[in-house]
Amino acid sequence: MKKLTLLCVGFLIGVSIYAQEDTYIIEKDTTQLEEVILIGQRKLSNYCQEKTLSSIDDYLEKSNRITMIKRGNYAWEPAMNNMASQRLVVTIDGMQIFGACTDKMDPITSYVDVSNLDKVSVDSGQEGTENGHCVGGGIDLKMPRSKFYGTGLKSSFDLGYETNGNYRTAGLDLEYTGDKFYVNADGIFRKSDNYDAGGNMEVLYSQFQKYNISLQGGYKLSENHVLAANVIYDKATDVGYPALPMDVSLAEALITSVTHTFKSDSTTIKSLETKLYYNTITHIMDDSKRPDVPIRMDMPGWSDTYGFYSKATLIEGKHNLLFNVNGFYNRSLAEMTMYPNDSNQPAMFMYTWPDIRTLYTGIYVKDGFALSEEKTISASARFGYHNNTIAEEVGLESLQIFYPDLTDSKTRFLMSFSTDYQIKKEKYDATFGVGYGERAPSVSEGYGFFLYNSFDNFDYIGNPTLKNEKALEANFATNYYMKKFKIGLETSYFYLMDYIVGEIDPDLSAMTIGANGVKIYNSLSNARIFDVYLNSEYKISNAFSVNGTIGYNCGKGSNNENLPLIKPFSYLAEVNYTRELFSAAIQLDGNGNQTNYSSFYGENETASFAILNLNLGNIFYLKENKLVFKYGIENILDTNYSTYADWNNISQKGRNFYINASFVLN
Amino acid sequence: MKLKYILPILFIALMSTACSSDDDNNDTPPVINEVEGLTKIQDIINNNHTIELWSKSGDFYTGYNDVSIRIKDNTNNTFFEDFTISWLPVMQMPTMQHSCPKSTITKAPGRDTVYQGFVIYQMTNTDGSGWSLTLDYAIDGMIYSVTDTITVLQNNDQNVTSFMGSDNVRYILALIEPKDPKIAINNMKVGLYKMENMMSFPIVEDYTITLDPRMPGMGNHSSPNNTDLTYRSVEGNYQGNLSLTMTGYWVLNLKLLDDMDTVLKGEDVTEDNPQSSLYLELEF
Repeated sequence: MKKLTLLCVGFLIGVSIYAQEDTYIIEKDTTQLEEVILIGQRKLSNYCQEKTLSSIDDYLEKSNRITMIKRGNYAWEPAMNNMASQRLVVTIDGMQIFGACTDKMDPITSYVDVSNLDKVSVDSGQEGTENGHCVGGGIDLKMPRSKFYGTGLKSSFDLGYETNGNYRTAGLDLEYTGDKFYVNADGIFRKSDNYDAGGNMEVLYSQFQKYNISLQGGYKLSENHVLAANVIYDKATDVGYPALPMDVSLAEALITSVTHTFKSDSTTIKSLETKLYYNTITHIMDDSKRPDVPIRMDMPGWSDTYGFYSKATLIEGKHNLLFNVNGFYNRSLAEMTMYPNDSNQPAMFMYTWPDIRTLYTGIYVKDGFALSEEKTISASARFGYHNNTIAEEVGLESLQIFYPDLTDSKTRFLMSFSTDYQIKKEKYDATFGVGYGERAPSVSEGYGFFLYNSFDNFDYIGNPTLKNEKALEANFATNYYMKKFKIGLETSYFYLMDYIVGEIDPDLSAMTIGANGVKIYNSLSNARIFDVYLNSEYKISNAFSVNGTIGYNCGKGSNNENLPLIKPFSYLAEVNYTRELFSAAIQLDGNGNQTNYSSFYGENETASFAILNLNLGNIFYLKENKLVFKYGIENILDTNYSTYADWNNISQKGRNFYINASFVLN
Repeated sequence: MKLKYILPILFIALMSTACSSDDDNNDTPPVINEVEGLTKIQDIINNNHTIELWSKSGDFYTGYNDVSIRIKDNTNNTFFEDFTISWLPVMQMPTMQHSCPKSTITKAPGRDTVYQGFVIYQMTNTDGSGWSLTLDYAIDGMIYSVTDTITVLQNNDQNVTSFMGSDNVRYILALIEPKDPKIAINNMKVGLYKMENMMSFPIVEDYTITLDPRMPGMGNHSSPNNTDLTYRSVEGNYQGNLSLTMTGYWVLNLKLLDDMDTVLKGEDVTEDNPQSSLYLELEF
């Protein structure tokens, strides 16, 4: 295993050395098919008129392709192209990090905050494999780079208040930018009580509290070399999950990294970035706040990841190359202790994730080739070695109850390819892409032991013998521009082979009291997922613009059943008014009736809904300093609604007045 | 979290150093190893002999007991290496007395002085009284006999059961293994005896015992891949697979079927019948 890692490193070094021999350069813009969400904490002129203190979850939700699966008011799980987190690769600045909760109550997006990030890049399907293997796409939460402008100290202070849930936010950011030295420290605190759904219906156990602090430092070693270090500490306590039978008393993450960056315009290698990282997560799930439970239980989980990546960009003739060699070692452990109501009986204990170690090393190569000024063809490939080991003897033996011949180690080779063709003209642009990718089962899918899923009310058993899930995909996107009018179409089709999904085993007896039975993860021979979005924008004047989006998605398995969590018909319409110091937007957001719901996978029909939001923003300059106000009303009509992605149909927030104020001191 | 792993390692390291220094200071001959890992239950003194009874726990409990025996010559404090011995445990009831299932006593493999066998006490009085043990042994052609009272403690869980089958025969069924249950597929061993008369309990051969383990503390759920227990003539007991998916309190619901597959005792576990009348208990 180590040999392979060394080999990959060796290969990269080899490539770098080879590449450095050539010196001539041709600059060529290879437009990437990626969606970038700017975390515009300080910006007023944002397209969607965000609140300055929106959570990452709110930001992500603005993307067409992303849906947030909500189990409460905190830690939403991102899904892209109708595929949830196990089918995506979600990274923080290229770092692999894995949630420690067996019930997906801590997607890694919950361990960072807007204050830590610069932007989020969202890549659909196989375009998203730069940092790892996926079938649905990749989300990379990018942290800001060190800056050496010599502008000195800059500080800002944010305050936010929302009436619904008495939600308070405060943030502080200090930044010193020298010529050779850069340091940034920020902290953010969020606290919310239970929110009210439409009609003043209090949603019990929807409270949360969290703080996040981060420290980033950079030092310019020489003209081309920068060394940077980053530490993020995130701690959420007292997080309620109204859609689930349990809450979280602690979700804690420490995310650390050291990065070396080489940048040069005069060499073939434009940049070489190497990062070493470590992160550790502790997640304590319990039900001590719930008055009526069939049995008390504690379900703590831990996840530690060590990793590295080294990525190089180089330009060679008309080729624009990106290499990324990465590797990580993750340890996931989760346990469950149940306390019988009869106090004479001993506590019941099991490992729900029996100390699974995952070792991965892989290499990614991407080449963008400029056919002409207007046409680009690009191709990418990723190859990886993936190994799972069950470190806990007890865990191995417990899984052997289901798989008597199971050994403690399983190795997989994964690959991914994609290619796309882009054309850019004055009046239109278009991209056509195809791809093939594979992913290994997640820890829960491979090794989970009696994981209760409240969505379909089944206990789930992992299956270490699962085949890799494979996806063939095709995507097409085009935009057409006419004076003040722009219309765009984006669509993608995924044909997934060996689609991993739980299958009822009627012979097994459910462990969870009241559960319908036990499902074992198995492979459907195939599944198809299709989505299409039509976007349009009309600029009435410099200040006024109108835009709208409608979308349609569907998904079916080879068993002819609808797949769960597929977005129904959706629409968004927005009128924007933007001036330099003032902006306003009114927004209509809605979904059609969820007619193609999946009763087979425990889903029920979600009714159509529409909500209306109003957002306003002001900016004031006081000498050098800036004051930014964002305020508005969400769900003006106080509609009581839930979306298809709301776990167990929990109602979403009712009417909410909010105000965010940011002071930027230069 | 890390500390949780480092501490035990440190602890083990400390323990092992401590053990080796113990050995250095200890001058007792290696004979002591003959009963290593065992605790003495009781000494029974007979003239110049001391009969030592040993077991892992150091006590007799209801159910299956592995017993190690050695005889000391009190004149020179050495242990006899060659003798024959048989035993008869007897429970004194108000109106009658009876014995219990037991094995013959043979020399322990690889030991010079230790003999071993097992005994299955099907019952005891609440204070542990009622049982006496008679030992008949022969050394160098001389026959000796001694009887003493013993204490048999009530085991917390039901690991032995005595019942009347539908064939009007009284049976005794006892859990032999797993002694240390794990979250795994455990090899389950059960002894099945017929009460021929008050003093004779022969092994019942070639019946079948079906197995359905349940957790009453958690919705009475079962576990997968259990197998029925079948007779193993070499070991003289019944064996099968017992899956335990978590620690805690388990009820092992059983049914006893004779060689014609007639149910002699026990019922299926259903919604209405959460427990078979024939069962054993287990806790870990």
